[in-house]
Amino acid sequence: MKNIDIKELEKISNEIRKKIINQVYNAQSGHPGGSLSCTDILTVLYFNQMNINPKEPKNPDRDRFILSKGHAVAALYATLAQKGFFEEEELLGFRKIDGKLQGHPDMKNVPGVDMSTGSLGQGLSVSNGIALASKLDKKEIRVYCMLGDGEIEEGQIWEAAMTSAHYKLDNLCVIVDNNNLQIDGEIDKVMNSYPIEEKFKSFGFHTITINGHDFMQIIEAFEEAKKVKEKPTAIIAKTIKGKGVSYMENKVEWHGKATNKEEYQKAISELMKK
Amino acid sequence: MLNYKIYYINNKDRKENKSIMEEKVKIATRQSYGEELANLGKENENIVVLDADLSTATKTNIFAKKFPNRFFDMGIAEQDMLSTAAGFAAYGKIPYVSTFAVFAAGRAYDQIRNSICYPNLNVKICATHSGITVGEDGATHQMLEDIAMMRVLPNMKVFSPSDDVQTRWIIREVSKIEGPVYVRLCRLASPKIYSENETFEIGKAKQIGDGIDATVISTGITTNEAINAKKQLEKEGIFIRILDMHTIKPIDEETIIRCAKETKKIITIEDHSTLGGLGSSVCEVLSEKYPKKVVRMGIKNKFGKSGKAEELMKYFKITTQDIIEEVKKI
Ligand SMILES: Cc1ncc(C[n+]2csc(CCOP(=O)(O)OP(=O)(O)O)c2C)c(N)n1
Ligand SMILES: [Mg+2]
Repeated sequence: MKNIDIKELEKISNEIRKKIINQVYNAQSGHPGGSLSCTDILTVLYFNQMNINPKEPKNPDRDRFILSKGHAVAALYATLAQKGFFEEEELLGFRKIDGKLQGHPDMKNVPGVDMSTGSLGQGLSVSNGIALASKLDKKEIRVYCMLGDGEIEEGQIWEAAMTSAHYKLDNLCVIVDNNNLQIDGEIDKVMNSYPIEEKFKSFGFHTITINGHDFMQIIEAFEEAKKVKEKPTAIIAKTIKGKGVSYMENKVEWHGKATNKEEYQKAISELMKK
Repeated sequence: MLNYKIYYINNKDRKENKSIMEEKVKIATRQSYGEELANLGKENENIVVLDADLSTATKTNIFAKKFPNRFFDMGIAEQDMLSTAAGFAAYGKIPYVSTFAVFAAGRAYDQIRNSICYPNLNVKICATHSGITVGEDGATHQMLEDIAMMRVLPNMKVFSPSDDVQTRWIIREVSKIEGPVYVRLCRLASPKIYSENETFEIGKAKQIGDGIDATVISTGITTNEAINAKKQLEKEGIFIRILDMHTIKPIDEETIIRCAKETKKIITIEDHSTLGGLGSSVCEVLSEKYPKKVVRMGIKNKFGKSGKAEELMKYFKITTQDIIEEVKKI
């Protein structure tokens, strides 16, 4: 394991959170809740785990990240900008007519975005395709796929889960952002996708449940996943939707809403204090 | 130009130069696809093939046998299959994906739209069992809307070959196109129309004959009917031409307009709904560029039904005889 500076990761993830808040405020549109819940995981992936180089976003040997829950794209753009894939100023164009950053991930026009997503339920299948292709070429590439806990209500996820296990995709690591909320309310009230870990286990995954805001736990889970052979891994990350902004935490209404000026200032000042 | 004499049935016969001197030997475009895909697989190692538990019917099993490590059976999960193909393409492979047309274009439409066409990924969807000529399986298995659904998608190119030679050409040609394509194939065996050395061009209609009494614009399995109609009409002193539209998108505007100018009548025919298919494509071109009446033959806002393919063609009025009658109407 590399030398890990948890303090540094905390600092980075806090910067990414600010960028998320800025983007959504500036666009007056976007999805803060589910972006903030997966920020710490994205931070670990891009600043500790993945083999990537912002100077070579199309390098065929790079690890891949598929944000299947594409609406959390503000978190991805913020992370990519933080990592240096593109200029921070681009974030000002988020969701704007003359901006580069589309409302959902667009692999054609944004360096570092590995797949266009937005229609939920398809990213795991895509990840399988990449994982299968890289195995054919005998490449040591890892494929990471981030799913929402509401998203896994889509039937295609389970078609894909079957495929991941059937083809023994041990180069694949799924992360379920288990923030317990979707749009219409709590997961178990809208359409219960629990028990999530047992479902993936029974489909043939190695499973790990963690606190998705504990950097040490996130890193250890990814390290464990790398050692698993002949099986894909699913990390069930218990998270808080809206994490980091007090009034957004665990509040369903912040799924897809922009802050007003007052709320924005409060969010930023909270993040400044961290 | 047209060769009705020599038919090869499979690669083995082809290699041994065994020919069958009988007019009735027929081959389904799905068979031509399966054979040519296996040939192509040998030349291009980047090709992978995905199927959804129908490889014996779509004929991808020929490829699977030759290249088991590059064939992926995805089980009965078409949506997963189309998105997985997107992943293969995002990585840099050239996936050919097959299932019945109704399960590809219909069931996995959103996957094709959002995971393949929007990112302009290099996926070759080769869908078999299109149209009412599927026969006995009936309406649930007879895809009559796929041309309509596929051609409206940005980045998508749509092909519908009419015989063995043309299918083999298209299957090779699409591997050179960067981006998504939809190839519409048939279950029913049909006569070979073209000789082995016939040449085609993407986006260019194949014109057969130059009669001026009518232009019959056809795609896929109905092209053979149109050719038969042309021959019979000649005996009665009526001369038509046929445009074989192997490429439906991009449509060959130039040839359509020229033939509209040169001939008295425009008739379209397809084993597909008259809503949104070849007929509609032709109408779009002519209404904007050279307004002229178009008669659209095809399935008229209906689902298919069970029966023998030949019986269904009669029932839905897309046979040689129906074309002859339509041409003769004033
Ligand atoms: C196929 C599809 N159906 C519906 C939507 C609309 N939608 C966007 S986000 C969302 C809720 C997602 O919930 P979850 O997966 O739990 O995401 P998170 O809580 O992490 O934001 C829905 C229904 C969509 N984008 N795609
Ligand atoms: Mg959720």
